[in-house]
Amino acid sequence: MSDRTERPTADEPNATTGTTGPVETTSSGAVRIDKSAEAPADRDTPLLEVRDLQVEFRTREGVARAVNGVNYSVNAGETLAVLGESGSGKSVTAQAIMGILDTPPGHIAGGEIRFRGEDLLTLSEDKRRAIRGDRIAMIFQDALSSLNPVLSVGYQLGEMFRVHRGASRREARERAVDLMERVRIPAARERVNDYPHQFSGGMRQRIMIAMALALEPDLIIADEPTTALDVTVQAQVMELLAELQREFHMGLILITHDLGVVADVADRIAVMYAGRIVETAPVKELYAAPAHPYTKGLLESIPRLDHKGKELYAIQGLPPSLTALPSGCSFHPRCPLSTERSTTERPPLHPVLDASEAPVAGRGSACHYWKETLHG
Amino acid sequence: MPDVPMKATPEAATLKATQPAVPVPVDEQPDSGPAPGKPRSLWSDAWHDLRRKPSFLISAGLILLFLTIAAFPGLFTDASPRDGDLTQFYLQQPQLTHFFSPEWLGYDAQGRSIYARIIHGTRASIIIGLTVTAIVFVLGSLVGMLAGYFGGWVDTVLSRVVDTFMGIPFLLGAMVILVSFDVRGPMVISLALAVLGWTTIARVMRGSVIQVKQADYVQAARSLGAGTTRILMRHILPNAIAPVIVVAMIALGGYISAEATLSYLGIGLADPAVSWGGDINFGKDSIRVASHVLIFPSIMLSATILAFLMMGDAVRDALDPKLR
Amino acid sequence: MAETAREPILEVRHLVKHFPLTRGVLFKRQVGAVKAVDDISFELFRGETLGIVGESGCGKSTVAKLLMNLEQPTSGEILYKGEDITKLSGRALKAVRRNIQMVFQDPYTSLNPRMTVGDIIGEPFEIHPEAAPKGDRRAKVRELLDVVGLNPEYINRYPHQFSGGQRQRIGIARGLALNPEIIICDEPVSALDVSVQAQVINLMERLQDEFELSYLFIAHDLSIVRHISDRVGVMYLGRMAEIGTDREIYEHPTHPYTQALLSAVPVPDPEARDRRERIILHGDVPSPANPPSGCRFRTRCWKAEQRCADETPLLAVPEVLRDAEGPVRHPSACHFAEERTVVPA
Repeated sequence: MSDRTERPTADEPNATTGTTGPVETTSSGAVRIDKSAEAPADRDTPLLEVRDLQVEFRTREGVARAVNGVNYSVNAGETLAVLGESGSGKSVTAQAIMGILDTPPGHIAGGEIRFRGEDLLTLSEDKRRAIRGDRIAMIFQDALSSLNPVLSVGYQLGEMFRVHRGASRREARERAVDLMERVRIPAARERVNDYPHQFSGGMRQRIMIAMALALEPDLIIADEPTTALDVTVQAQVMELLAELQREFHMGLILITHDLGVVADVADRIAVMYAGRIVETAPVKELYAAPAHPYTKGLLESIPRLDHKGKELYAIQGLPPSLTALPSGCSFHPRCPLSTERSTTERPPLHPVLDASEAPVAGRGSACHYWKETLHG
Repeated sequence: MPDVPMKATPEAATLKATQPAVPVPVDEQPDSGPAPGKPRSLWSDAWHDLRRKPSFLISAGLILLFLTIAAFPGLFTDASPRDGDLTQFYLQQPQLTHFFSPEWLGYDAQGRSIYARIIHGTRASIIIGLTVTAIVFVLGSLVGMLAGYFGGWVDTVLSRVVDTFMGIPFLLGAMVILVSFDVRGPMVISLALAVLGWTTIARVMRGSVIQVKQADYVQAARSLGAGTTRILMRHILPNAIAPVIVVAMIALGGYISAEATLSYLGIGLADPAVSWGGDINFGKDSIRVASHVLIFPSIMLSATILAFLMMGDAVRDALDPKLR
Repeated sequence: MAETAREPILEVRHLVKHFPLTRGVLFKRQVGAVKAVDDISFELFRGETLGIVGESGCGKSTVAKLLMNLEQPTSGEILYKGEDITKLSGRALKAVRRNIQMVFQDPYTSLNPRMTVGDIIGEPFEIHPEAAPKGDRRAKVRELLDVVGLNPEYINRYPHQFSGGQRQRIGIARGLALNPEIIICDEPVSALDVSVQAQVINLMERLQDEFELSYLFIAHDLSIVRHISDRVGVMYLGRMAEIGTDREIYEHPTHPYTQALLSAVPVPDPEARDRRERIILHGDVPSPANPPSGCRFRTRCWKAEQRCADETPLLAVPEVLRDAEGPVRHPSACHFAEERTVVPA
């Protein structure tokens, strides 16, 4: 990419800001919290680190920039929520991490994806395949279409052990039953030979979770895992996922558009808009005081369960076309704070400072006017 | 510029409160903002795609050429396909440098110009191909649409009829029908092929209609009180027809090949009619001494069939809704 | 709004819809029935919004189809201004249809992709020519586009040239064309992005005030339903579990299912994460082809006793709450109804 050097992410001023204590800023500018109590051996290497990732798609209308320099990192035992609307690039980033991007039309135009310090993008296909499913697993939104309809769930679960662990058929079947019990599928032993369509939506999503957990991966990427489920079932599944995550001390990347789900389970949150991260923060602080107008607009635009409320605040306009991103800040055409500067200068991910001008742990906002947003 | 106010919300709220009637509140307006460009129907989108597809351009060029040859064979050769001079031209080899002359592609065992014969044979193939496709398209679409839309016993009866016809082997059936006719002109052959061929289209149409009729826009039209004719003609047909067009185009090549096969077997077009299938039959007798008699009509036949298949493929890619 | 005009514009009485399950191709015989809607009654008043919530398979979309006369009910009545519309056909049905319109869930499939926006919004006038003289139709369509916040210049564009939110506006404009009194909205914003949902909800509220519309608002998102509805009905497995004003249902739910449903909704407030009481239901919704006897919810209910299996609870103010005062006193189909606040204020 010839224009990579122009991207502000490459030479962000905050990349080297010397923050101390629990906060660290990685060399790429992604702000993260260091949970020093965990994994003392590699406390400087996060479990997964995405650096300046760029993904493009060739479409009829031209090149669509689905991901434009995304930085984030996840530690073991931590839940990072990646929040965004359709077209924000949240799922494409996940596909790039998993190595399941449709190429063509998509291709990775730049950046690094470091898993335990090793760049996945430079690995051979064989090595990547060994990591995929084994060390990094993914849970999809639509469990029915992610499971093969002509194979029994027991076979599909057991396949993981046969392929990655060389288990015998019988062993694999036993492990499958174990897994189904672990995700609390009633009468697992009797149902191990049933086919996906014989299970309800919630049970199928449990099977997907079981499959992701099969090899006890270090990192799970869950792409809208409960969107297709009913509210009461959604609660069961999210609780199960959170519990298993604690038990196995896994990193979890939760990709969602649902601000409610995020508030329920996430530790940290990265808000994406038009292929970039516009705000990142610990979850409680983000909900209490958002530092980006987009986040703020989203939070104000959702109706509340606990009171009726008056007219909803609506973010004006539409998300931009990825083939023709606005200049400067991609959000400026919809932003109430936008100025001349927003249209010409792309805001880097500024560290967010508190009242005493000290950086707030793990917070960043890609807005020139984050201060006004935070306090306004 | 630190003191940028954030006041979009209150402004929009007061606007709504004070003047509820005509104007659109500020917070809703910008949705109409980005211009979606010029009106582009799905058909014009497909056409736009097709125009830059090499396979479409090549096949369209070929088909155009064959249509011209079929319509005006006189433009391409003055020689008669039927007059032969045995004494002078018996199985004479092609003169490949004498472009477009009667001797260009050589002569057959009766001393007739092969070039003239393949030019004049085009019309029969094209006419039969187009006629069969037209009949099959109309009949098959109609039956498929009725079966798919009405379902129930209409579907049961029509589907059984379709199954019955499908059970008849295509070529064998055509042979049985054709031997019962004394004179076998292009129309008779077309009818025989159409009677056996319409079921494919009917099936495709039925499936396509069943899929389309579940669409919300059909429900929406019904809930507005639209009648059956309107729903079928405005909502179902335009959305269900695309796969049928593709199948019909690909089938067209198949009908041309079926006609050639029947003529080769001697139960299609017969002398004095000129047809590629018949000429291939002539050619097979002298394949060792004069292979050109067989080769050139075969090339012409294959090129025609290929052109229609390529066209069908290109059109399918352009019409496939999954790609947009 | 609901207080000023207590005249029901639509009354649903004991509505039942069973879809027969059949075996065999040529000789069909019935082997059972999916009880999609099983004895439902409610009223819709002029100018109000009645929200219907429930999980997938509860029958809420079937109710919409029945009200739109897209399906024939197995039994029961739908009274529009006192007239049973399920018995109407031909001209009389067409006349009623002018007054009841629908907005569909999926803006990507509810607009015919081969028609222009002008033709889509203008189609109601072609079907009901008496609604607008021929010469005025184009102008009317432009006016409708303007009303829903779209540029009237886009009249010749095709649906695929618009975004989801814009398409839903087109669907709303089509619903408004015949000046209906009632609009049935079946999950009208669930397919839209969060930031666009608010725009469409605001639009619908504005149109309701402007045209005095009654909405039947069917959705699974409880927050949106609370925002837009005057009254709310909670459905479970083909039956109405509880019905009342938004305050009665959300702040004083008495049916265990409503309580579980409300407690399960993820609330966008991380501070509430730890102090919220969660009722996690076990098991799945039973199949509507073979629903439990008595109370439909008893298989997942923590209060269930023998009585729940033997005796079907009716949708009425529960006996135990007969003497209660205030918002607790509202219809709830439970033998053991009691108030439990599950939404933290």
